This record gives sequence, structure tokens and C-alpha cells, in this order.
Amino acid sequence: MKLHQIVKELGLEVKSKVSNLDKEVSGGYASDLLSDVIANAKKDNIWITLQIHQNIVGVGTLKELIGIIIVNGREPEKETLKKAEEENIPIMVTELPAFEIIGKLYRMLGGC
Amino acid sequence: MNNLDIVGICDHNSAENVMATQKIGQREKIAVIGGIEAASQEEVHVLALFDNVKELFECQEIIYEKLSGFNDEKVFGKQLIINENNEVTGSNDRLLIGATSLSLQKIVQTICSLGGLTIASHIDRGSFSIIAQLGFIPEGLLLDALELSLNYKHRTTCFAGRGANPELYGFPLVTFSDAHFLKDIGKSFTIFLMEEASIGEIKKALSGEDGRKVII
Repeated sequence: MKLHQIVKELGLEVKSKVSNLDKEVSGGYASDLLSDVIANAKKDNIWITLQIHQNIVGVGTLKELIGIIIVNGREPEKETLKKAEEENIPIMVTELPAFEIIGKLYRMLGGC
Repeated sequence: MNNLDIVGICDHNSAENVMATQKIGQREKIAVIGGIEAASQEEVHVLALFDNVKELFECQEIIYEKLSGFNDEKVFGKQLIINENNEVTGSNDRLLIGATSLSLQKIVQTICSLGGLTIASHIDRGSFSIIAQLGFIPEGLLLDALELSLNYKHRTTCFAGRGANPELYGFPLVTFSDAHFLKDIGKSFTIFLMEEASIGEIKKALSGEDGRKVII
């Protein structure tokens, strides 16, 4: 499934100006500990987190993640968006809490 | 150096640049206290400061043993080791930006047992702070002080709850610049009224003993 389809179907707000929403999503990973994401996320995963600080972009680049969904309508920091645009990592926001957005995404990616 | 009498050097999970900085400090008549900013498994940052490099390096070894992963210079930048003549003598390959597998409790106990000073880093920040990561300060945690970031000092950010009334946590409060760049050194600082720049004196100032004091 392509990232832009996920954005459309889940009503995500894309906060960073990026150009690569056409990529194929390999799966998802949910965690709020950066060390855990570094250890366990896979390439082209979508990462679901409540973290909004710029270090999430570094982790996204390191793990070659396809994008980051921030939950609870939290606003990513200015520096985070700036870095995300430099690294071309889409930062998306959902109003939903983690449990709900993960459930919907899991179903969309054929998890159930 | 913004008229600072004392600086602390606390790299993430490492102390390999402390001795060179202390040599320069001796030359420039600025006291340099060596330390480490340790990252617990809960991703809480804690400052560990020591009088002597022996205990500092023991702390470093404990941290290194429980820190896995390698740095990616393209993503996180170079981690250089530099001597007092500004010459690069090496590079640290460890993932210093990562978290150790040591619990917060274990890190604090370790610093205490080595006679160091334990300060919970930037508790008013929204990331890597004890309040952001845990939501509270665990009962009985042997912290010497809580650090407020320069955001608190300059009231540039207000984290409701965390930054609003830090004195309610019941620990002495300090504030430092947490400078990651030279230009940020001294942007926030704490005044210690004490005899000398030592861990023992700082601890007395934090607890208001024998006429020592802390002013933020």
C-alpha cells in the first residue's frame, strides 16, 4: 500500500513539505522510545509515536522509515519539521490516540 | 566565556573529552567539573558529575558496557575526541545518542556509590526528561537536584505541570545551558555560594548547609 493512500484513508494531516508520498509501506512500528525504534523498526515502516522533538527525524533517517505519524493531534516542533523537510521524511499528524490509529492502520495493511 | 567560574562537561554517555577540557580550564583559570549525561533505558537523561577522573571513568565504563549500537556519522554527526591543543586524536564509534540498558534507578545508584553528584536533566523539557518519560519522580530516587533548562530561565516555553511549579517536587533546583554548541555556553547558569568548585561543596550548597547556597 502506498503512503498517499494511507494518508487519504486515515485522514492524516501531512505537516512537512515532502515529495515522496508515493512510496510503498512495508509495515508499521509503534513506540515512544527512540532506542526501541532504533533496535526494532524495519526499513520502509511507518512509525507511530507521540514524540514531537527533532530527534525522531534522525531515527527516521537512520532506519529508513517511510514516514512518522504523530498521535493525539500533537504539534511537531518547528525544528522537527525543518529537519524532516531536509531529510525528506513525511511527518503526519492524526487526532486519534495511538491505540485507534494503529488498529486502523494494522487492518489497512492486511494485519487482521 | 560569559564570566563563568565553573563549567561542567557532560557528553552523552561518554567522558572522553573531559581531561583535555580540564587542562584548558587550568590554563584559563576556569574550574572544569567532569561528568557524563547518562541515558537510562527509560530514556531519562541524568547528569553525573565527579571530582576525580578515576570515578568518572569507572562510571563511563559501566555505561559503555550497557550501551549498544554504533554511530552513523551521516545521520548523527561525528563524535570526535580532541586534545587540549585542539587536535583530533580519535573518534568514538558508539551510539552515544542512544540509551543504555541501565534503569534510571541503577544509574542513580551507580553515581551515588561512586561519590558523584546526580542531577535529573532538564526536567521541564518535553523529551528525555524524568517528568516527560515517567510522569513523576519515583519515591526514594537519590537525586541531588533537578535541572531546569534555559527555556525555564527565559520563560520561552511553558510546559504545564512540568515547568509550572518545579519546587513542588521537593528537590533542590539548578539551571544550566545544556550547550550543544559553543555559542550556547552560559545562556543559563546557576550561582553557587561555596568555598570551592567541588562535588562536596556543591552538595552542601544544594542542601543549604554551613552557609552554602544556590541561587537560580
